[in-house]
Amino acid sequence: MHERICLGGIMQGLKDKVAIIGMGCTKFGELWDKSQSDLIIDATQEALEDAGIEMKDVQAAWLGTALGGLLGMRLARALKTEYIPVTHVENLCTTATDAMRQACYAVAAGAFDIALVCGFEKLKDSKYLIAGGMEAPDSTKIEPIIPPATGYALAANRYFHQYGLTPEEGKETLARIAVKNHHNGSLNPKAHFQKEITIEQAVKAPMIAYPLGVFDCCGVSDGAAAAVITNANLAKKFRDDYVLVKSIQLVTGAYQRPLQNTGDFVHFEESVFASKRAYQEAGIADPRKEIDLAMVHDCFTITELIIYEDLGFSIRGRAKEDVKAGTFELNGELPVNTDGGLKCFGHPFGASGLRMMYEVYKQLQGKAGPRQVKNANTGLTHNLAGTPRDSSVCGIAILGRRE
Amino acid sequence: MMIGITSYGAYIPIWRIKRDAIQRGGAGEKSVANFDEDSLTMAVSAALNSLAGLDRGSIDGLLFASTTFPYKEKQNASLVAAAADLRKDILTMDVANTLRGGTGAVRLATDLIKAGSVKNILVAASDCRLGAPGSNFEHLCSDGAGALVIGSSDVAVEIESTYSTYNQMIDIWRADEDKFIRSWDERFIQSEGYVDAVQNTASVLMKGQNLEAKDFTKAVIYAPDQRRMEEVAAKMGFDVKRQVQNSLISVIGNTGTASPLILLIAALEDSKPGDRILWVSYGDGCDAGILRVTQGIERLKGRKGLKTFLASKEYVKDYVTYLEWKGILKRERGPGKPLQEVSLTALWRDWEEVIRFYGSRCRSCGTIQYPPQRVCTQCHERDRFEKIRLSDQRGKLFTFSLDYISDPLDVPVVLSVVDFDCGGRAVLTMTDHQGEVKIGMGVEMSFRKLFFNDGIHNYFWKCAPSRTS
Repeated sequence: MHERICLGGIMQGLKDKVAIIGMGCTKFGELWDKSQSDLIIDATQEALEDAGIEMKDVQAAWLGTALGGLLGMRLARALKTEYIPVTHVENLCTTATDAMRQACYAVAAGAFDIALVCGFEKLKDSKYLIAGGMEAPDSTKIEPIIPPATGYALAANRYFHQYGLTPEEGKETLARIAVKNHHNGSLNPKAHFQKEITIEQAVKAPMIAYPLGVFDCCGVSDGAAAAVITNANLAKKFRDDYVLVKSIQLVTGAYQRPLQNTGDFVHFEESVFASKRAYQEAGIADPRKEIDLAMVHDCFTITELIIYEDLGFSIRGRAKEDVKAGTFELNGELPVNTDGGLKCFGHPFGASGLRMMYEVYKQLQGKAGPRQVKNANTGLTHNLAGTPRDSSVCGIAILGRRE
Repeated sequence: MMIGITSYGAYIPIWRIKRDAIQRGGAGEKSVANFDEDSLTMAVSAALNSLAGLDRGSIDGLLFASTTFPYKEKQNASLVAAAADLRKDILTMDVANTLRGGTGAVRLATDLIKAGSVKNILVAASDCRLGAPGSNFEHLCSDGAGALVIGSSDVAVEIESTYSTYNQMIDIWRADEDKFIRSWDERFIQSEGYVDAVQNTASVLMKGQNLEAKDFTKAVIYAPDQRRMEEVAAKMGFDVKRQVQNSLISVIGNTGTASPLILLIAALEDSKPGDRILWVSYGDGCDAGILRVTQGIERLKGRKGLKTFLASKEYVKDYVTYLEWKGILKRERGPGKPLQEVSLTALWRDWEEVIRFYGSRCRSCGTIQYPPQRVCTQCHERDRFEKIRLSDQRGKLFTFSLDYISDPLDVPVVLSVVDFDCGGRAVLTMTDHQGEVKIGMGVEMSFRKLFFNDGIHNYFWKCAPSRTS
């Protein structure tokens, strides 16, 4: 495989070119009384107020939603923008990160001084437990209609097999991740689930897709988040504690895992590529040491376990040792999912990436309250779309405090 | 020209239900098709078993007999032919509405070959008839399929002579709108229907050939029940203990149109060159044939015949599950997604991928890929592929998950990543799983129905634990 990225050549990275000057995030959960428009308005309002600007100051907008229907116009109609460009972005679970990525490129290119990125998903207007609507109309429907948990259980069973974890050992390792994220979520008033759980509760929970039980799975929630970005040179006109974009990378798989017998189901090559490129763009040599906190895509506990290894936080096959040692807990060496993660926020696709950035943004500003991580200078967000049975899309962003 | 059976294959579902579980006091057990099987999928399985080791390109026709076709308008035989990967320029035909369909199709095949228009014809007979809950038919009717290849070279069982009669009496029937079969007074229909027709038809055939019961090694006679069949065999002079093929009703039940073929295959498995067999079916009349086993039978020994399927069995969990599988009892689908609409345009375009289960092999690097690709996943070469049939490949389970929420009929859904022994991989659902699902276990492919929606039976391949070690 060729590594085609050539920083320092013609291609230039995003590093330090774009700044986040305002962010907003709704409470996530079963927001029965909120419409799509309400979510867009509420998240955007907080971001605009945080940036100290008004809607009329925004020159361009990107709207991320995977299942909310077509049309970027949804944002324009909700916010009553005055004839600015609005682009709808869809990229499965990485939708929000990709919307941010595209807005950052536009600002870095100098096309706009101030841009709005808003991501939302209104999942609870559907009666089905399984998110739907992504199937192509041309399908023969020979692929079984199964929820994502069933796909990720393929990775869990293979991981246990490959690294010799007994079912009990595997379940307990996964349970510790759920317990950690629920603890963090209990400290976050915006989380859907704000209750602590025990290892025993997690291990004994009803089975969804063996070996994944209810507490190994993230919930289904509504939510939205938004960011206001500007050129880094202009950022200090708005605030002192702006946050710099160090890198955003996106990698899309091409169905290699199910097509090639070498696809091992115990790692996601998309995450490996995206993280390598992001570290290169941001100038990070040792991620475990240089990254102070990370919000990663814990759609299932097994996903978070594998992500530790894919992002270079843990040695391959040995993430369980770090889990047991508390490495990724709030007071650990490298806190992961300090806000409660997808585990406690659910996963409204179009919102999740921006919700993660919201937490990193607040942490870097020292405004994370009881969840505040000491000396938080550099934070990472990670989204993973698709499931092990098909291909993945990985979006990674690295944000940093201004010097 | 010697015309006869050149190969055979059977298929009995792995599932059984004890008659005692249906109604207390019932004796024996019967075979039950899984929820994802029907007469068409079972016919495919039997046809594939009959084709093992044969050149599929040599088959010039497929006749499919059943009283329980999934489609009323839309030829079922064409789907069986496609799934069995037969040539497209062959004769296909559904032979419907009588339990005599399988034997009738064999006679038709024999005469077509005699006429010289075809060389080899595959006859598949399959049924999954339903008896109403509480009825005698519920105890009797069972599911299975048999297939015979009829040809004029390498004949293993010569079809020496045939003779047919019809009767117009209404004894057992099912109208178009009926789900369950019906019958008239038992004593009347057996004595004036079955017993009379079988005895008279077979006698005429035997007399015409100057043969008596003692000249036959075995009589294979369709049986509505074991006792009636023994009664008619005895009337014709056969020694019931020594000469008559058991009806198998106590172990698999009455498989309807498939029954005469399945019973013949059972007899052939124990036959030797020189044996003479009387073969009789019944249903709105009678087809009778005199068969002679040749040296060619030795070539067919050791193949996957009936015994394999009788030996490998599992029991349906309970009567309620049986009723659900048969569609008599319907459970709410629950919180899972609703059934999806099949794009028939896409199915037409992808039929080799879906029905024939073709993958593609890159001519540049050799990588086998499923579903078929245009750009190689490995070497990125474009449009340099050859087709490879995966339906008869075995594989091993690379990883799996057990989904407890998606399908109320299939708990758990076993999503499987299968690595084929020939190379290549497919993500499939596992069917007929019993016992522990384990990484590394051997699986084979089986043609199944994924779901029924908008009047469309959505067929595709699943993997299943190997039934032969």
